[in-house]
Amino acid sequence: MNFQVNGRAAFAYTATHAVDPAKRSVVFVHGAGLDHSWWGLQSRYFGYHGFNVLALDLPAHGRSEGPALTGIGEMADWVRKVLDEGKIKSAALIGHSMGSLVSLEFAARYPEAAQKIALIGTAYPMKVGEAFLDAARRNDQAAYDMETIWGHAAQVPLAGNPNPGMWMYGDTLARLARLAPGVLHADLCACNGYAGGFEAAAKVRCPALFVLGRRDVMTPPKAAADLAKAISGSQTVQIGPSGHSLMAEAPDATLDALIAFLA
Amino acid sequence: MPIYQTTSYVFRDAAHAASLFNMERAGHVYSRISNPTVAVLEERMAALEGGVGAIATASGQAALHLAVATLLDAGSHIVASGALYGGSHNLLGYTLKRFGIETTFVDPRNLNAWKKAINQNTRLLFGETLGNPGLDVLDIPAVSKIAHDAGLPLLVDATFTTPWLMKPFELGADLLYHSATKFLGGHGIAIGGVLVDSGRFDWEKSGKFPQLTAPYAGFHNMDFEEESGTRAFLLRARREGLRDFGACMAPMTAFQILQGIETLHLRMPRHVENTRKVVVFLKGHSAVQAVMYPELDTHPDYKLAKQLLPRGCGAVFSFDLKGGREAGRRFIEALRVFSHLANVGDAKSLVIHPATTTHYRMPDEDLKKAGIGPGTVRLSIGLEDADDLIADLDRALKAAK
Repeated sequence: MNFQVNGRAAFAYTATHAVDPAKRSVVFVHGAGLDHSWWGLQSRYFGYHGFNVLALDLPAHGRSEGPALTGIGEMADWVRKVLDEGKIKSAALIGHSMGSLVSLEFAARYPEAAQKIALIGTAYPMKVGEAFLDAARRNDQAAYDMETIWGHAAQVPLAGNPNPGMWMYGDTLARLARLAPGVLHADLCACNGYAGGFEAAAKVRCPALFVLGRRDVMTPPKAAADLAKAISGSQTVQIGPSGHSLMAEAPDATLDALIAFLA
Repeated sequence: MPIYQTTSYVFRDAAHAASLFNMERAGHVYSRISNPTVAVLEERMAALEGGVGAIATASGQAALHLAVATLLDAGSHIVASGALYGGSHNLLGYTLKRFGIETTFVDPRNLNAWKKAINQNTRLLFGETLGNPGLDVLDIPAVSKIAHDAGLPLLVDATFTTPWLMKPFELGADLLYHSATKFLGGHGIAIGGVLVDSGRFDWEKSGKFPQLTAPYAGFHNMDFEEESGTRAFLLRARREGLRDFGACMAPMTAFQILQGIETLHLRMPRHVENTRKVVVFLKGHSAVQAVMYPELDTHPDYKLAKQLLPRGCGAVFSFDLKGGREAGRRFIEALRVFSHLANVGDAKSLVIHPATTTHYRMPDEDLKKAGIGPGTVRLSIGLEDADDLIADLDRALKAAK
């Protein structure tokens, strides 16, 4: 679906279905440097099982026009405008990594619009190492390599992708190669600079789910524990063999957790 | 690596089955579309080449056909190097023509010819990393720039180089394939191919590929690029190409090719080392008119090879015998260590006479353009002791005189 937000072209994948006001809506928010297609299997499932699906491309990602937004709060406000454009009053938000912080902040700022939030591969604070930030600032290939290697469990390069024939490292690197200069750095700065996690958590009134990869070296489960405690009644699902890219590394387990949560 | 010698996979329940068919869940349905053993080969080849993924096929020719059939329709046009394996030349020059796909063949060294041959219907540029059999080195950085400036992808056949000698994606190619039958397997026991996508070509931006950027009625109106971004080409190739054309790889073949790949980094240096020794020997022999190997300063691509192929120019090359066709026949029949057969890239050394075998359907004019004369002999140098190979060649050359 193509629409305009703040006068700029924006895109959301809808699984080839038009938005139906009678259906519940699910909004997917991707992580740093990625795009809507990162949710391929999960977004398609919900789109074909009675939900409106909006898998977003944040500004300067995928098919949405830049420039990149520079803060998590700004991104949450942008998501709200997307819902307004789609005439969607409220939705479940599913966010990965940077997108999980956006979903959290959205639920705090717009409690009436957040039915549920699922935070996948999350941590708070989501600190980013100086070497990673510096490489991204220089648009150096090393930054894309770091995101790719740390973004997957150690066993991933040995093969065994649940999606037949695809190489996860190559897929991530190819996506990152399409980014305009500065976009990854802007995203990483947004994650690194986000300081409102606990305040936002205290304001969350909707059900919250944490989906965490036990082999995640970027946002290990222990780094999400305090945030999970800060959201009243939140549930946590840990997925055994997965690293940070849960939707690709453990697509079925991730989907099953979401199906149970959104039921 | 277990061999999943099975046609199909038991679904957990009806919902699971429906989700697999509609691409809501990852997994395997039927071994024509995907198979766990084959998938490991595909993933490892993608890793070796630096691509997003790969599709293993029944043969190298099936891989080429899959690439073309995924991207082109009747009325489309290909610009291809004139120095191709005879089977590829035939597919493009004759067979695809029957289905409305035209090809213009160009001298691969003439960059202007590549540019001039592109027309409004062109959808693909295609060449071999090392041309068959004259070892023309494809100037991938230059040809890919010509392709990209025209909004087109460059496909290369990387069979002769393997990922050990060259990484075509790093040089600018967008898609590549191998006849896995050759060096990847190395054992001469299994026919297979593998098509790899770099994921770097922007189909949407090009605007010339509605096959990937417009709804496809054959798969729930899926817009492959919108659905999967960098995976669009492979998604359609698998979901349409393997489903409908069905030229898939068998799991046992994938296992056999995987065994070969495990020693590729050990075999390729030995192939190159032996080849260099044989080339030096032939170059100095009185019965040999010319040796075509890009590491020789007499080869037209000598400088380009130094730049693009620093590890070596492979183990398949040609030379011209004095005495033409009859000398060629006597030479081949006198060889004892070399096997006379239609293959290359085996652990064992091989020999063939292209004008009467692999390239026999090509008209003389095209043969000449491809650098093949009546006395041209193609060798594929194996892993034997180089002294044994040289002794065998020496004996056969004497017999050819």
